[in-house]
Amino acid sequence: MKEVGAKGRHQNNTGAGMTLAAWLDRFAVVILAALILVVLPILLDTFRLGLAAKYLCFAFPAVGIVLVWGYGGILSLGQGAFFGLGSYMMAMFLKLESAADAGSSSGTALAAFFGTAGLPDFMAWNSVEELPWWWEPFHHIWFTIPAIILIPAFVAFVLGYANFRRRVSGVYFAIVTLAVSAILAIVIIGQQGLTGGINGITDFKTFLGMDLDTDGAKLIMYYITAVLLIVILLAARFVLKSRLGRVLVAIRDSDDRVRYTGYDPAMFQAFIFSVAALFSAIGGAMFTIQIGLASPALVGIVPSIEMVIYAAVGGRLSLIGAVYGAFLVNFAKTFFSENFVEYWIYFIGGLFVVIVMFLPSGLAGIMTHLRGRSRREANNR
Amino acid sequence: MEDELRVVIGPNGAGKTTLLDLICGKTKPTQGSVRFKGQELTGLIDYQITRAGIGRKFQTPSIYQDLTVFENLEISYPEKRSVIGSLFFQCTSEISEKIHTVAGQIFLLEEIDTKAGLLSHGEKQWLEIGLLLMQDPDLMLLDEPVAGMSARERDLTAELLGTISNGRAVVLIEHDMAFVEKIAHTVTVLHQGKLLAEGSMEDVQKDARVIEVYLGN
Repeated sequence: MKEVGAKGRHQNNTGAGMTLAAWLDRFAVVILAALILVVLPILLDTFRLGLAAKYLCFAFPAVGIVLVWGYGGILSLGQGAFFGLGSYMMAMFLKLESAADAGSSSGTALAAFFGTAGLPDFMAWNSVEELPWWWEPFHHIWFTIPAIILIPAFVAFVLGYANFRRRVSGVYFAIVTLAVSAILAIVIIGQQGLTGGINGITDFKTFLGMDLDTDGAKLIMYYITAVLLIVILLAARFVLKSRLGRVLVAIRDSDDRVRYTGYDPAMFQAFIFSVAALFSAIGGAMFTIQIGLASPALVGIVPSIEMVIYAAVGGRLSLIGAVYGAFLVNFAKTFFSENFVEYWIYFIGGLFVVIVMFLPSGLAGIMTHLRGRSRREANNR
Repeated sequence: MEDELRVVIGPNGAGKTTLLDLICGKTKPTQGSVRFKGQELTGLIDYQITRAGIGRKFQTPSIYQDLTVFENLEISYPEKRSVIGSLFFQCTSEISEKIHTVAGQIFLLEEIDTKAGLLSHGEKQWLEIGLLLMQDPDLMLLDEPVAGMSARERDLTAELLGTISNGRAVVLIEHDMAFVEKIAHTVTVLHQGKLLAEGSMEDVQKDARVIEVYLGN
């Protein structure tokens, strides 16, 4: 779990060869890939692998937050909004596929009863007689997937640029993002006939003809999610190692100086905000396929703040740390919901306070500390 | 004017820093115009003015504390400054050579891998001048480049400033008269926001109005 940053010209190995901790650092992505692609599928049964899949989906927004908050210096408390956009867009596609499927029991029964073939069930229940026009394109996978990739990122870019151009940043922008996620959740809940309301959209049967209930499908979806995560980690690394990554650090350091070096900070900040939105949206889409649900409970303020906590626990300058952070916090959540349901909120709040006060570099900071200690020991031998 | 090193002097509050702010876009004028190489600057934003060929050094050293000297200079290289461009920017050996050359010019070759935040005050001033050299502007605006420097550092800086005015125009604000005498080609005196006198150092020092207002009784 290393801090990615411009390294400069010097090497950081001692002449005595790399210690174990340094070696772990270098190959952090490979180790993570091995863990999620090989070790977990072997060790876990289908049910637990499904849990792992859920945790993986939450790693996507966490990695995005490392980029936009750790390196960009922009605290976004609204990643739930983009997670939700990806999630709902995938849900629309899956729901339409379900409703159109003449062979599925829910499809034919409802169509027969209400006389509304091809309409999602919740619309029928809410007396919505016709599919809204903006649902129509989601019949097609060739629209849905590009939409998931492009729309949240585009919205984020426009929102970000409009604010950063006017130098709205820091706390003020954080509040803007809070408002965005809150508003989106409220709109979704309010428009029950169009979005499934507070119950969300659920009850999907197939994805492109593949039955989602089978163990085989779940395994395939797990692997797709894991591979996508590795891909975005590598993409994030590429961005951070490039000049763009250094400019982000420079902007965080001295917004003014960057302008007089000829850069437009608003563009760079909007770009990284947009990348974080993209990652969140992909996570949301994979979540919906695997958990079978799109819900406003994952869109508003509380889930958005939780996503920031995943990144904080992992260490907000560590891409890999964000993945472990997401796993750890969600694992704790599962444990708490099984045993101490009421105390979850207190736990997560307490965790946030502890991290901010005592472990600002999160798990990654602990790793770096251990690495420094083991290197000193190696040097003293 | 190219190859000219013009120093702007004047009592506190005369408007010297404001003059630089207006040129580089930090402050917008309420009326009037600022023209550079035939182009009107008042409608442009700061980073656009920088790209038009104007470099600015600030009164308190404004550098990237978290980046090393090398990285500070590298980021100032005036190509691929757009978002997409910066994703694919490669530091070629040519650029690396230029960075080492500039680092030598600003007396920071030995410290090239040091984090800028750890440099001394004088070294930070030099680094900021170095950032401007990398940008290679046609007009360089320097705000009190030797403030806080030791005598030895001032001498070195005077040498440096002598060389950098080749091929570009330099406008410099300073209070240290001995230093000004050493480096200025021409001098402009401002007082209460208005131009008081202009000319060579000698002319200005003999000017009665200037003596009354600034150089003193």
